[in-house]
Amino acid sequence: MKVYSALASGTIFGFGLALSGMTDPANIIGFLDIRGQWNPSLAFVMMGGLAVTVPAFQLLIPQMQKPILVAVFALPQNTIIDAKLIFGACLFGIGWGLSGLCPGPAIAGLAYLNWHIVLFVLVMVVGMYSGDRITRLLFSAG
Amino acid sequence: MSINAILGGVCIGIGAMLLMVLNGRIAGISGIVYQSFDEPRGRNWALFFLVGLCLGVVIHIWVSGDPGPVFDKPLTTLLPAAFLVGIGTRMGSGCTSGHGICGIARFSGRSIVATIVFMGSAFTTVFVQSLVWGL
Repeated sequence: MKVYSALASGTIFGFGLALSGMTDPANIIGFLDIRGQWNPSLAFVMMGGLAVTVPAFQLLIPQMQKPILVAVFALPQNTIIDAKLIFGACLFGIGWGLSGLCPGPAIAGLAYLNWHIVLFVLVMVVGMYSGDRITRLLFSAG
Repeated sequence: MSINAILGGVCIGIGAMLLMVLNGRIAGISGIVYQSFDEPRGRNWALFFLVGLCLGVVIHIWVSGDPGPVFDKPLTTLLPAAFLVGIGTRMGSGCTSGHGICGIARFSGRSIVATIVFMGSAFTTVFVQSLVWGL
């Protein structure tokens, strides 16, 4: 059952990405490029998303004993703001700014059957696996 | 169009809410991609979520008749960018969805900081790139 609920959640999420234009890198670059004709879409998408998730996480979920289909809520427990978080977010931002693609639209965009996107996803996954190694190299020695 | 951006954002929010309410999971795509390699076959909720993302786009193509965007970035930019997105989301524990849509909604300090940093770094990247191209 929980695989079908994940499928349904993903489908609604993916439809939202396409409807909002977030699967088009031009809309992301248009938002990030303050020198050109500014495209505010991304700000509207964030507002629309947070209009649902803020009440969900602040009001609905705290009232629930457990998720409907599994035993526990898997919520991140780490609250430490460290160099790893900052440096990682910084690298992600550079990649996002260069390409106009972040992981959600890249995966959803596989549906457009475009080989640029397929290559992007493959290299991104390689990056994720290298990420663990590089993180250890940079942050565990000192 | 801004109405589609808002409605699309609401759909993204509903998808994220459902995954938490039903499956107890944060809809952070970078984390889900990583987990999809670890979950047992046949019970791989993460892989089903990712297939759902694509299915959502297929449904959008079908109802809107819009075949989708043009991807015209040269591979010499796209592939290094993909590698940085991969490393950065692992090291920084999340991306636009996990930190931006879910983490901010949880009022997580880590997610708020991460979102400000990756937004700032993305704005700076595009700015620097447009300066270099302008030369």
